[in-house]
Amino acid sequence: MNIDPIKNGVVIDHITAGCGMKLYTLLGLGGLNVPVALITNAQSGKKGKKDVIKIDADINVDLDVVGFVDPGATVNVIRDGKVAEKKNMKLPSKLVNVIKCRNPRCITSTEQELDQIFMLTDEKNKTYRCLYCEGKANV
Amino acid sequence: MRSVIDITDLSKEELYGLIDTANDIIENPGKYAHACAGKKLATLFFEPSTRTRMSFEAAMYELGGSVISMTDGASSSASKGESVSDTAKIVSCYADIIAMRHPKEGAALVAAKAATVPVINAGDGGHCHPTQTLADLLTISREKGRLDDLTIGLCGDLKFGRTVHSLINAMSRYENVRLVLISPEELRLPDYVYNDVIVKNGMKCVQTSDLSWALPQLDVLYMTRVQRERFFNEEDYLRLKDSYILTPEKMGHAKPDMIVMHPLPRVNEISVKVDDDPRACYFKQALYGKYMREALILSLLSANPEK
Repeated sequence: MNIDPIKNGVVIDHITAGCGMKLYTLLGLGGLNVPVALITNAQSGKKGKKDVIKIDADINVDLDVVGFVDPGATVNVIRDGKVAEKKNMKLPSKLVNVIKCRNPRCITSTEQELDQIFMLTDEKNKTYRCLYCEGKANV
Repeated sequence: MRSVIDITDLSKEELYGLIDTANDIIENPGKYAHACAGKKLATLFFEPSTRTRMSFEAAMYELGGSVISMTDGASSSASKGESVSDTAKIVSCYADIIAMRHPKEGAALVAAKAATVPVINAGDGGHCHPTQTLADLLTISREKGRLDDLTIGLCGDLKFGRTVHSLINAMSRYENVRLVLISPEELRLPDYVYNDVIVKNGMKCVQTSDLSWALPQLDVLYMTRVQRERFFNEEDYLRLKDSYILTPEKMGHAKPDMIVMHPLPRVNEISVKVDDDPRACYFKQALYGKYMREALILSLLSANPEK
């Protein structure tokens, strides 16, 4: 299957196969009024299979979200058909309004317009905890 | 402007400083009688409390300050839907320092971010209760003469028991502290405390459901109540509430110098017959809490005693 190369936009590459849709959702790409392609199970020399997202517009992608979902992914910014920037991801130390605290006893469940903030407390086990109640994020 | 939300907001040195101040208040109360003159403490209690609120209020009065109070969330603007954040901003206009209890976990942090005066967390749901821990530390320090080289048994509701979580956090900083966690399976310590505090700090720890087995090893027994208000399911509460009851017979298995602590209120987990045992320290613990709250208020307001 072929997707045409993009001239100006963003390519999120080397996404672990199966994580593409989650990333698509968390980045809110479904709400954009620009062409977006989600390719799943594409062939990969390194991983065997990978997912790829192509966005045909020069938008700012929330790198914290990409790093959170898949720190092994890369974000390529395309300008005039060439890779102008290549960004490697890592687990962000803090997530703001990316995921929600599921603890019904947490203040985030009732306080109006309170940011949902999670802190990385254990990088090895990819553990994020709610800043307010310290509840573990369901990743 | 500084707030105390979690016991870890205070360094080990600051904890020793507060203990020293509290001991000095006990010895020389007159020196501190006007230290907070002209200052107001607001006690915001969105959840019922007797000891903690009265302890804070007594502490402020003994420092020569005054108190304004909100004692029932149902009669406040919170019942009209006012946010914690807005409440904290408003109360900052009226008081120099705030002590707040709220049923939601993390509420004190939200208040501290919004307030323009120091906020002391007087309990946020099942999360943290740092001033109870200050009372606990002064009790252990005065009754055992040390904060290290101790075997501490924590018994009862270790899942929702915020005092237990805060105490474990505090004790993780002292040398050679061994924990014996005594609870039914369903009320075991949450993993965020077990992994992030006990395991991370390399504390020695065993978990058991057998109080009688644990008793002879302990220097300190910290009993807790199974809290009805933390359960969504009444059946679970009824099944677990009588898991542990400390009796004079059980005390016969304990060391002669072990101390029994309890954050109170007690329901039936310590028989009243234990009260006369010289090892029962829970009423002293409540008194010590007042002195530690005085020390904390002094510190956060940068108030000084008379020379």
